[in-house]
Amino acid sequence: MSQTIATPPTVRLDSDVVGKPISRPEGPAKVSGAAKYAAEFSVTGPLWYGYVVSSPIAKGKITKIYADEVLAIPGVQQVFSHENVPSLAWFDRAYKDDVAPGGSPFRPLHEPEIMFSQQPVALVVADTFELARYAASVLRIDYDVAEFNTNLEVAAPKAFDAPKGKTGFVPPPKPKGDVEQAYADAPHKVAGEYVHHAQHHNPMEMFGTTVDWLGDGKKMKIYDKTQGAPNVQQYIAKIFGLSKEEARIISKFTGGGFGSGLRPQYQVFMAVLAALELEHSVRVVMDRSQMFSMGHRPHTVQDIRLASDDQGYLQAMEHNALAETSQFEDETETVVNWSGILYKVPNSQFDYKLTKIDVNTPADMRAPGAATGSFAIESAIDELSYKAGRDPLDFRLLNYTYTDPTENKPFSSKRLDDCYHEGAKRFGWDQRNPEPRSMRDENGLLVGWGVAAGCWDASMQKAAAKAVLAADGHLTVSSATNDQGAGTYVIMTQMAAQTLGLPLAQVTFELGDTEMPEAPVQGGSWTANSVGAAVKDACQAVGKKLLKLAQKMDDSPLAGVDFEDVQFADGHIRANEDISRSVAIADILAASGEAKIEAEGKAGPNPINMLKYSMHSHNAVFVEVKVDEDLGTIHVTRVVDAVAAGRIMNPKTARSQVLGGVVWGIGMALMEEAYLNNDLGRYVNHNYAEYHIPVNADIKKIDVIFVEEEDDIASPIGVKGVGEIGMLGVAAAVANAVYHATGKRVRELPLTIDKLL
Amino acid sequence: MNSFTLTQATAADEAVRDYAGHEHAAYLGGGTNLVDLMKYNLERPSHLTSLGLLPLTDITSLPDGGLRLGALATNADTAWHPEVEKRYPLLSQTILAGATPQLRNAATNGGNLNQRTRCYYFYDLAAPCNKREPGTGCSALTGPNRVCGVLGTSESCIATNPSDMCVALAALEATVRVQGPNGERTIKFDDYHRLPGDHPEKDNTLEPGELVTAIDLPAEGYADHFTYLKLRDRSSYAFALVSVAVGLKMNGNTIEKARFALGGVAHKPWRDQEAEKMLEGQTASPDLFRKVAAKVFAEAKGYGEGSLHNSFKIELGKRAIVRALKQATEMKYEVNPNVFLNSNP
Ligand SMILES: Cc1cc2nc3c(=O)[nH]c(=O)nc-3n(C[C@H](O)[C@H](O)[C@H](O)COP(=O)(O)OP(=O)(O)OC[C@H]3O[C@@H](n4cnc5c(N)ncnc54)[C@H](O)[C@@H]3O)c2cc1C
Ligand code: SF4
Repeated sequence: MSQTIATPPTVRLDSDVVGKPISRPEGPAKVSGAAKYAAEFSVTGPLWYGYVVSSPIAKGKITKIYADEVLAIPGVQQVFSHENVPSLAWFDRAYKDDVAPGGSPFRPLHEPEIMFSQQPVALVVADTFELARYAASVLRIDYDVAEFNTNLEVAAPKAFDAPKGKTGFVPPPKPKGDVEQAYADAPHKVAGEYVHHAQHHNPMEMFGTTVDWLGDGKKMKIYDKTQGAPNVQQYIAKIFGLSKEEARIISKFTGGGFGSGLRPQYQVFMAVLAALELEHSVRVVMDRSQMFSMGHRPHTVQDIRLASDDQGYLQAMEHNALAETSQFEDETETVVNWSGILYKVPNSQFDYKLTKIDVNTPADMRAPGAATGSFAIESAIDELSYKAGRDPLDFRLLNYTYTDPTENKPFSSKRLDDCYHEGAKRFGWDQRNPEPRSMRDENGLLVGWGVAAGCWDASMQKAAAKAVLAADGHLTVSSATNDQGAGTYVIMTQMAAQTLGLPLAQVTFELGDTEMPEAPVQGGSWTANSVGAAVKDACQAVGKKLLKLAQKMDDSPLAGVDFEDVQFADGHIRANEDISRSVAIADILAASGEAKIEAEGKAGPNPINMLKYSMHSHNAVFVEVKVDEDLGTIHVTRVVDAVAAGRIMNPKTARSQVLGGVVWGIGMALMEEAYLNNDLGRYVNHNYAEYHIPVNADIKKIDVIFVEEEDDIASPIGVKGVGEIGMLGVAAAVANAVYHATGKRVRELPLTIDKLL
Repeated sequence: MNSFTLTQATAADEAVRDYAGHEHAAYLGGGTNLVDLMKYNLERPSHLTSLGLLPLTDITSLPDGGLRLGALATNADTAWHPEVEKRYPLLSQTILAGATPQLRNAATNGGNLNQRTRCYYFYDLAAPCNKREPGTGCSALTGPNRVCGVLGTSESCIATNPSDMCVALAALEATVRVQGPNGERTIKFDDYHRLPGDHPEKDNTLEPGELVTAIDLPAEGYADHFTYLKLRDRSSYAFALVSVAVGLKMNGNTIEKARFALGGVAHKPWRDQEAEKMLEGQTASPDLFRKVAAKVFAEAKGYGEGSLHNSFKIELGKRAIVRALKQATEMKYEVNPNVFLNSNP
């Protein structure tokens, strides 16, 4: 596997650390086990364990809980359920977290009603984990079972327009022109229905919370698995009526999240409830099957109609989506808009509807909505390219747009065309025989080559950071952000070191504690630019203080120089005009006599830029598959993913994000599906053995190319983020390659063996 | 998990006595299946007779030219044993097509024979399942049943035996040696696992308390013409949707003797002796293979259409038989059990 920065537009200095492939500072702690995850922290006193009891039914009501039988077991401390949970916050809005969709959030242990299978119905707390699990297994509960429906098709007639309510949700673009007429008149057209089913995030680390009960009053340390400690803090504080100090959330490492940890999960509620009620340290960890009780990528059915003229110019585009949501919340994703952003079409219309079934509320999952929409539109574009007799790559370039057609705005930057060119060159696309079923390998297997594109938001969120420069010259920067494995620790360290011109070894970045300055949940690919800009701002503020102190020194060589006219490099502040006019930071600190110099920094979206520009990252994915036609087996043997996502802060960790995204996309394409049993109203393959994600043997060669963009509009530090973009297009490119190999178009994911028989 | 007691037996008869002396006892091999089942609260033994110290780990040649595999030899040690690799490469291949290296290092041959089905509902206490709780019903009949069988099913259960190794043992016509409260006996492999019928709770024909002590392989190992074709949802660490183990004796292009068995399609490794006979004395040809495949699945019954339902296994199974027979006759691939050329380019 290799990776390159294609045609870097920015000149790099040798002394720059941003943009270098620096290894994660926390890596050794992770591989040696020293890095502690939420369920691994020790507590001050003895620890009790809570085990969650999940509902076996999809809908109905609890009529009786035989808690006494379980409480009689020596070592069982308490059984919590709706019967004995103290009255907590009155209004359900207290349960709304920062990223909750519209509707009424689920309130754990609040009432006897069951709204989805595997709903948590009780928490058994005992002296040991084993005992808690055993006691939970014998807790008898009677239910009144009600009729339910978990089938999207059955609920489809009750579909409704997806409502606003969730931050970041963009309703479908307005219609343009006359799609019906244009479609009727066009010589080439395709119409298809594209389907994928529920998928669960399944990070390695199970959701877990350890509450360290510190004794005095209500002070606790809450170690939680989350993608955003501040979001959990406000949730817990509101529900339990705690102050922010009392609800301190710590989350140093997150063993994968992919969106499942954006919203607070029920184990944190359970653990805090038990700790407060029992005045004791408590740990609650979900089991693997319970990881299927939370949100999931919603089952979505998409209808697309596309038409082009004789030369292949798109004339009409219609993209409609119908997705499931729960009975109590309206989870929305941005699904169909991407089609309108990617292609120039005179006549277009879009629709996005939801329908309610008896499941838990779906949740954002890696590139939410875009992964869904991209599979459908990029498959349909591919189909139309064959109809129009054009190479699928040429077809995309022909219909390329330099402005965002949905908002009639220029892009802040867009080098998708270079992604296509660089990717095609690396892949060897010009060797492709356009005819389906025309290519075979030396063993006689059918070979197919497919391409697809992707698009994601480059968005900024409000974020804050604090920088503290100690007298010994060590810089510590902190922000209550998260690192679910993305590389936040290292890129923020680089950003801080670069801003103050310090060696990396002299800089530490800390995160995941609500006592630190607030940061948004880690999602949406916005951490690198939002927190990165805040870190830069904080470090610059320290830099300004340093300059002032330097100017107070006797015969300061920097006397009278403005902050804009100095540079921080090699541990010195130097005048740009004459770098021999310089003062060592160590000398400034020594002369000042200060114990430390500290400052806070902030960043946030720029509303003016947002009005004027459309800001997105893009990618182009090239895939080779080999298909054994008789047996229906598909193997992805080669992938090139060319990504344009602004400036790449660290090509090593960014590449890892993209590699992970490609693997994710291969899983989505070939095997991922939560099997929903509509008789039981329940996902049934709730373990790693039967819910299939790729293993090493499924993954062959993956090439990552970064096509860098210079973009100080999308973000003050030029960064767009790479968390989601890498996976986009992968599923469609696989399906397109399978078509090229076999002549068979599969519009339903995953492409399991049976679909090719 | 219920609490339980545990004894470490050091001899087979001691293990049998220990088991008989406890109510709700279970034999513990490598524990890779049993301990999971206990954690899921599906099996609740109150006593475990641990077999880890039994002197049944050897693999030894038999006077009749066969090979004896100790019940406590690990799956890994068996697959990589020089005699097995040389004389029974089909067995090596099937073992290595299963699970993961870590699991194979812990799993024992006796445990592999007795591992339980992977039917989703068997593992889910919220779902009715006749195998787990007789009389509650079978959730797989109408629900997602991709993992379930199409041959020899009954209305009470359509589960499959998940083992890869057992598919080869069926084709190789192994014999299972057992020791129980009433002494020792041998069971022909075909008779070891059973069809679900009205008693899906019974996977095999072991009597209560019987311990598997060894598996005997006959002299013929089909080392010149064999294959194991395993079709699954990902390249490793997945159970077979359909698998075929084939052993042939060839004379030129003529098949003198044919043995084959299927995994992933039935409650036991599926053998069809009439279909095997159709091959014997015949010239290998795609046509013949297709006829044989059609015969095997002539009475198959699928349970629903679409990806989550298993009717596709009938067509897939036929194609797998044709391919496996072709591979075994031609032996046109390197015999390296680590590379599954058959499904993995
Ligand atoms: C995630 C996962 C994936 C797997 N994938 C595959 C796969 O792809 N293919 C495959 O074939 N297998 C697979 N396996 C199953 C694995 O092969 C079995 O778990 C293993 O062979 C069982 O052996 P064990 O010694 O650990 O048995 P144990 O778990 O110890 O016992 C299993 C059963 O056998 C009984 N038993 C054990 N020894 C004896 C004996 N000597 N006499 C009588 N009864 C006995 C036990 O009482 C118990 O009922 C997988 C397992 C897991 C967990
Ligand atoms: S197929 Fe057998 S194991 Fe599966 S649910 Fe039915 S009875 Fe249970």
